[in-house]
Parts: sequence; C-alpha cells; structure tokens
Amino acid sequence: MTNIIKISEKELAQFFNELKIITTFSESIWILAYTLTLVLVVTTGVLVIVWLERKISAGVQQRIGPEYAGPLGIIQSLADGIKLLLKEDIIPAGSNAWLFTIGPAIVVIPVFLTYLVIPFGQNIILANLNIGVFFWIAISSVVPLGLLMSGYGSNNKYSFLGGLRAAAQSISYEIPLALCVLSISLLSGSLSTVDIVEIQSKYGFLSWNVWRQPIGFIVFLISSLAECERLPFDLPEAEEELVAGYQTEYSGIKFALFYVGSYLNLLISSLFVTILYLGGWKSSIPFVENFIQNISINYGINESFDVLKPVLDIFTTLSKSYLFLFISILTRRTLPRVRIDQLLDLGWKFLLPIALGNLLLTASFQILSIN
Amino acid sequence: MNFEAFLPISEFTPLPLYLVISLLLSLILNSASFAFASKGPASPEKLSAYECSSDLLGDVRSLTFLFPRAVSLNKIGWFGFRSMMVFVRILTIGFLHEWKKGALDWE
Repeated sequence: MTNIIKISEKELAQFFNELKIITTFSESIWILAYTLTLVLVVTTGVLVIVWLERKISAGVQQRIGPEYAGPLGIIQSLADGIKLLLKEDIIPAGSNAWLFTIGPAIVVIPVFLTYLVIPFGQNIILANLNIGVFFWIAISSVVPLGLLMSGYGSNNKYSFLGGLRAAAQSISYEIPLALCVLSISLLSGSLSTVDIVEIQSKYGFLSWNVWRQPIGFIVFLISSLAECERLPFDLPEAEEELVAGYQTEYSGIKFALFYVGSYLNLLISSLFVTILYLGGWKSSIPFVENFIQNISINYGINESFDVLKPVLDIFTTLSKSYLFLFISILTRRTLPRVRIDQLLDLGWKFLLPIALGNLLLTASFQILSIN
Repeated sequence: MNFEAFLPISEFTPLPLYLVISLLLSLILNSASFAFASKGPASPEKLSAYECSSDLLGDVRSLTFLFPRAVSLNKIGWFGFRSMMVFVRILTIGFLHEWKKGALDWE
C-alpha cells in the first residue's frame, strides 16, 4: 500500500516539476528584481548627471555652482525635483488634456526602455536581445511622436511650431545615427550589444571600433548630440526665440519629465558611444585583470575575483561614458546655437552623405577582407 | 503539458515588464503631482496660452490641415489648390466672426 503512495508522490512531484510553475515564477521574480534595480540606478544616474552638468558648467564659467544643498551641492538635483513636484499642474484652457498629459510620458518612456539592452559589465545586462542596437534605433523613433503631441496639445502657436521643429530635428538626425550603428554592426557581424563589445577585445586597446570607424565616430557624436537636443542643437528649447518651444505650457512634474528625459537620453547616448566605439566594459589594459586575479589568488580568496571583476567592468563603462558626458557638457557651454535651417542642412546634406559613404566603405572593406 | 510553453522565459521577457514599470512610473509621478501640488484659483489669464502677441487665429490646430497641402501643391495641382482655398475661406469667416465679436478688442 505504501509503495503505491510513494510512487504517486514521485510522479506528482515530477508532474509539477515538468509544469515548471516554480521555475517561471522564480525567474520572473528575479527579472522583476533586476528591473527595479536598473530603474533605481538610472534614476540616481540622472540626479548625478544634473549635478555634474551644473558643477562642470560652473567650472567652465569660473563660478562655483550648487554648494548649499548638501555637501558639494549633491542634493541640489533632488531638491529641484521635489520643488517641481510641488508646483501647480496647469493644463491650459482649450488644450487637449489627454495629449498634453501623455506627451511627456511618450517622450520619456522609449528612452527609459533602451536601458534594457545596455551592458554594464560581462553579464550585467537586463535583456541580451539579439537585436540590441536595432531595438534602440526603433524605440527612439517614437520620441518625435511625443514631441508632436506635446506641441500640438498645448494650444499655443509657439509650442506647436516648436514641436514641429523638434520633431523635424529628431527625425533628421535619426538617419545618420542609424547608418553609423549599421556600420558598426557590419564590423561586428551582430546587432547584439554584448557581441559588439566582445568583438572589440581581440587586440586590446587597438581593436576598439573608434580606430576602425573614425568618421562614423564623429558622425555618431554629432548626431547623438542633436538627438538629445543639446546645444549646439537645442533649438527646441531656445530661450530667446520660441520661449522654450514645445515645453512652454508645461509646469511642475510634466516639465520635470521632459527634463529627466533629456538627461536620460544623454546618458543613453554616452553609454552607446562607449559600447559601440570605445570597447564597452573591456578595460583593455591586460595588466589590471591579471593583477587583481593574482592578488585574489595570493590571498587565497579566489571567489573575490568574481566579485571584483564586475565592479571593474562597471567602473570602466562608467568612466568611458563620463568622457562623452564631459565633452557634451563642455560643448554646451562653448559652442553657439545653430539655426533651424543650418541644423537641417547639417543633418540631411552633410551627415547623411558622410554616413552613407562610411557605410559603403565599411561594407566594401568587409567584403574584401572576407574574400 | 508544460507551463513554460505558455510563459516562456526568453531574452525578450524583461521587455513587457520594463514597459509596465516605466508606464507606472510616469503614472505615479503624475498622480503624485496631483496629490501634492497646490492648486491656486483658476483665473482665465493663468489658463490661457503663453503668448507674446494677441491671439488672432483662435484655433491654431485647424491650420495643420493646410500643411500637407502646402508641401505637396505641385502634385495635387489646381484641384488641391481650390480645396485648400475653400478651407482657408472657412477659416477666414471664423476669424472675421471673432473680430466682430470683439475678441480682438484689447489690441
């Protein structure tokens, strides 16, 4: 009698195991945990970038910048965010409340979503999609929709024009951006961000894509500055001409969403510059990894290398992206703003042919090297 | 029968989760402002659009219909031009009506 019961227990356990309820459930919980961690990291990253921008701009302009809120003014960005939260949320009369409210969300959410495919380290990536960079290009095409919605839904001539200009700028510079990314994936033979970084590790420092694609690097830098609507391309929020363009009627938390979205976009662009051109998380200094490994072996803690290496990877990625952040903040405080026709000329008549030429060159080199 | 067939864990699984989280974040931010932000008295000046000049053409949105016609005028030829003119006439009548009604009196 008991034998029969035991067999059915085993079969029952096997049955539930094959159902894989527990497996999917636990994996989903882990994915939720990773996602929440990423959201937290990204939000903190935005606060840090706002502080960085204010401090670096202050340094460029020979002043001090925020210093009263917290030590070295670190809490300043948080304080600004809380202030914007408490501001009154005005929806202008005659405006389309739905479009007005959803516009900023549609501008921010695609940028937020792109953090899925960014590898911060060897295995520190939320979703290793095999269409990684293509996902980014596709998702960032949703942003002009949000800009148009915000401009149109404000019931303000100037906002409307500003929204149109911003959308035109956004879609003009998407094309050189996509062409540069295409050239990179030609070189790497894959669209996955992890593969692109892995292929840049063959010869250490010299196999970074920035040496193999110098023209593409420069075009990518300029196009991503234009996509982020940073100076010298920040016509949509030009203070003198269109009175803050499509953001005119926005106050409080919706304005904060635009603001946050702009810095999120900047961080994404700098992370993509490191991944596509500067070798991602690979430190490419053969010393450092072996050094740390030797240390951990000598002290008998072999596992500590497994903890130190991801930290090293994250540190490398962030320092490389800091380079681009620094350059873009310096550029903002140095170069004058371009006019809308100069801006569109630059995008269509200058960067687009150059990016196309770069693509053709890369493709022909690849074909020749394969043969 | 395999539960995993219904909810397979693939590389794309974090995507809908992340999408939902970002939507929730925007929603929470908006509702937080709804809860915490002060609400001053609604005056018509506060709610009006920010303008540096007077508001002549009340509804700018109706102008959007002219944009594609302006751009593609060589393709739609005379027929397109005439339909555009009908539309512009309707807008002009509305504008004259506004003028008569005194919406432009504080010029």
